[in-house]
Amino acid sequence: MVDVSAAAPPAPPGAMGPPVVPEFSIVPLRALPLVVAVLVGLVVAIAANSLWALDWYHVVGGGLWTGIDLFVGLIIGPIIGRLSIQARIEFTTRFMPKMVLLMPTLVTMTLASGWQLARHLGNLNAHYHNHWWLVTSFIVVGVMAVIALGFLEPANLGVLFELKKPRPDGELIGKLMRRFVYTAGITGVMQVATLVIMTKLAVA
Amino acid sequence: MTSPMASSTPDQATLPPISEVAVGVIALVVAGGIYLASYLPRRAPLGPAFGILAVAAALLLWNVVSLSRLGPFAWGTFFLVGKWAFLAYLVIAGMLEYVFVLDHTRGSILVVLTLMLAIFAVNIPLLLAFSVARYQSPDG
Repeated sequence: MVDVSAAAPPAPPGAMGPPVVPEFSIVPLRALPLVVAVLVGLVVAIAANSLWALDWYHVVGGGLWTGIDLFVGLIIGPIIGRLSIQARIEFTTRFMPKMVLLMPTLVTMTLASGWQLARHLGNLNAHYHNHWWLVTSFIVVGVMAVIALGFLEPANLGVLFELKKPRPDGELIGKLMRRFVYTAGITGVMQVATLVIMTKLAVA
Repeated sequence: MTSPMASSTPDQATLPPISEVAVGVIALVVAGGIYLASYLPRRAPLGPAFGILAVAAALLLWNVVSLSRLGPFAWGTFFLVGKWAFLAYLVIAGMLEYVFVLDHTRGSILVVLTLMLAIFAVNIPLLLAFSVARYQSPDG
């Protein structure tokens, strides 16, 4: 993890004036039809009780959720901390809006299909021999949900709205970005626990 | 880019702990859901679930009252973020409700789960809207 508000590398010679914030949309509206299509497909998979479709949604959603959490928290986060302020702004205005749509969609895909899958396979049954592994996964996901919904998502939106101001407050953006990267890192590490539990359940 | 926070934004230290309470509500709703799920397919004793629900509802109400008592605030931004977030979380809560009904969840357990989802669908937009609006200049 890295202090993203740490001093940025010195500006190149000749670079003068305040950093430029490019035009950006807080919610990428062009991606909304894709989100709707994914959610409609999820409803159809649940309604049809298709084991293959549920498994597909759970594996794809969970794999991407886990991978992105780990990648953002452990790889992208430290890189952001070492970028110049202008580069951070350029990256943030292109990256964060996509996360606003992507992560809630992946979480919904994974949890809804996972619940139905567990129900169909009988894993929710208290007599299932790995039942407590499953309950532990509920607890891990629950803690991650509290962190993501309570800290990560508000920080993400806060940064985007601050960058929309005529004179963004760099100190506030640094504070919120630090919160975003730390919480992404924490959920990334917790995803490792999810991977352990899920692989255990898959071979049980 | 670094500049002192605009003096017109609310003094952060004087704002009530709305974010912290909202995070507590999320934790309670998630804990209640895990509690009920851990008993399936048997029926969980509903006393603790109703207790969790009551505390979560009381905290949410406290947050709404605290918001209503705020002085000058960026209400335009608050409602802009709040209404779109509410729409998004209504869809998510609706999908979860659909799954519960499809799985033949009935009776008092469905009532508890529905009320928890309702709190979830109101609380998270409130948290997101407050988290953004607190750093904006008050309306007017």
